[in-house]
Amino acid sequence: MSHAEDHQGTRRDFIYYATAGAGAVVTGAAVWPLINQMNPSADVLALSSIRQDVSSVQPGSQLVVLFQGKPIFIRRRTEEEIALAARQDEGLDNMPDPLARNENLPAETPATDANRAMPTPEGFPYVPGEWLVQSGVCTHLGCVPVGDGAGEYNGWFCPCHGSHYDASGRIRKGPAPENLPIPFAVWIDETTIQLGEEAS
Amino acid sequence: MSGIPHDHYEPATGAEKWLHSRLPVVGLLYDTLMIPTPRNLNWMWIWGIVLTFTLVLQIATGIVLVMHYVPHVDMAFASVEHIMRNVNGGHMIRYFHMNGASLFFVAVYMHIFRGLYYGSYKAPREVTWIIGMLIYLCMMGTAFMGYVLPWGQMSFHGTAVITGLFGAVPFVGEGLQTWLLGAGAVGQPALNRFFSLHYLLPFVIAALVVVHIWAFHTTGNNNPTGVEVRRGSKEEADKDTLPFWPYFVIKDLFALAVILTVFMAIVGFMPNYLGHPDNYIEANPLATPTHIVPEWYFLPFYAILRAFDDSVWVVQFASWISFGIIDAKFFGVIAMFGAIVVMALAPWLDTSSVRSGRYRPMFRWWFALLVVDFIVLMWAGAMPAEGIYPIIALIGSAYWFAYFLVILPLLGVIETPDTPPATIEDDFNAHYGHVAPKGEQPPVVYPAE
Repeated sequence: MSHAEDHQGTRRDFIYYATAGAGAVVTGAAVWPLINQMNPSADVLALSSIRQDVSSVQPGSQLVVLFQGKPIFIRRRTEEEIALAARQDEGLDNMPDPLARNENLPAETPATDANRAMPTPEGFPYVPGEWLVQSGVCTHLGCVPVGDGAGEYNGWFCPCHGSHYDASGRIRKGPAPENLPIPFAVWIDETTIQLGEEAS
Repeated sequence: MSGIPHDHYEPATGAEKWLHSRLPVVGLLYDTLMIPTPRNLNWMWIWGIVLTFTLVLQIATGIVLVMHYVPHVDMAFASVEHIMRNVNGGHMIRYFHMNGASLFFVAVYMHIFRGLYYGSYKAPREVTWIIGMLIYLCMMGTAFMGYVLPWGQMSFHGTAVITGLFGAVPFVGEGLQTWLLGAGAVGQPALNRFFSLHYLLPFVIAALVVVHIWAFHTTGNNNPTGVEVRRGSKEEADKDTLPFWPYFVIKDLFALAVILTVFMAIVGFMPNYLGHPDNYIEANPLATPTHIVPEWYFLPFYAILRAFDDSVWVVQFASWISFGIIDAKFFGVIAMFGAIVVMALAPWLDTSSVRSGRYRPMFRWWFALLVVDFIVLMWAGAMPAEGIYPIIALIGSAYWFAYFLVILPLLGVIETPDTPPATIEDDFNAHYGHVAPKGEQPPVVYPAE
């Protein structure tokens, strides 16, 4: 390649750079579809909201529904659980995650139980704070925590790596970094909750 | 192939000459099979053959299983049961494949610890070592994705946990995890692509094995003394070596037969001993088994993953120095992969001038402790993440890193090694007595009266 040391551009240099450049672009253009095909397909993305009948859920029990491939806990809490969650608000300053992680509220909202429980509209036959709707996926590595007052904080306990969540689904102990996230949820009528935003 | 001087293939007949001048494939096979091999290799040098055999076993049984398996969330579990109950001999083929994975990892751990003790990773065999580590990573990927395919409870929730590791990467984690799974959660897209990759990776491993063999055939085998084969002349080299065929092939096949006897006993009489009963329950996204445990061969690294939580000072320090970007979850992931990275860097971390652990009095104790540490981590990884176990796992993890990052570099400075024998021939004769060269009568030995 005697021309390589020659600082004047030659036809050979031009052809070399043009070929290398075209090769790089073509390789990139060929590889990108092969990578992008692994992203969620159109039918997976289309499942953006579901409506769930909750008329069968008794106080002190929990319904687990599958939404976008992941479990969602819909818990109807007893008076004792609501009171316990409110008492647990006192530890807020020392919690690993001080944010509510509630998609229905601004991102900076603090993690009080009132900011995490699902609000019940006027006239609905429920006590305030009775319904807690949250993701059933541990924020550590994605196991499904065990409910019904499990763990050291009487909420949920993830058996995989020992994360303890309190009665409001807030992480209190163990390797998980965040509170159980709360999905977008609204009441359609007294017995129906819609999860996720309506597909537009 | 360069390296130790030895006889090369000479085509004799007309047909051989005809082929050799067009494609020297017979010569390549001859030189590979007749490679001069140190004559003092001990029984720890058999695992390479065991591993090669196991790779072939897994590919052969795997290809057959694919003829009956259906990679669909509604049918995967049933198709595995179909293999177990209906396919002629299907249960045995599946049990071979399932336990073959365990045999593969038993052999690879023996092979790796052999290399760590006898200093096989040290110059000039660093490239062989690095390729070996790449093979090991591919093996782990293949084994993990293969475990997903039966679509049992452990398959499903294990996948959620392991892909969750990628979700821990700062900033891009969630996108990366979604890209890997093809959805927000484990489901049909994940099962389908893992099936594809589980079929692909063994062939990548096979290609890497060829490069691995190529690399150590260039440098020559290490041996228990760590002393290099003399290369001054063919006569000298012959005193230190014997050709791979037939001497070492027969020895390795004998060892393989012994190992396969144990393997067959496990496959025949206790095929599910190493598995988890939970994986015979079909995957259910709504309920996690109370105790998620990976297969035994992942346990030491799983223990390292779980060992680091917010209460450990290095985690707090890493979080503080990175302005909170590295949290406990990401730190655990870094530690798990880091445990393999430090092992891969052993060639550059070990500063000792002596290669083999046999002549390193202090090193031997630290190495023995590393083996114990590995077993303790494996045990801790199988235990629930509460009580005393996380502390044991943390101590075990600390020693793993200390061995590679502190002890190996320091020992080279503070240890006074013993003197290895001058040649492999000396070592061989010290163990087995003088072996007469060809044409010479062995000396007659009279027993003491």
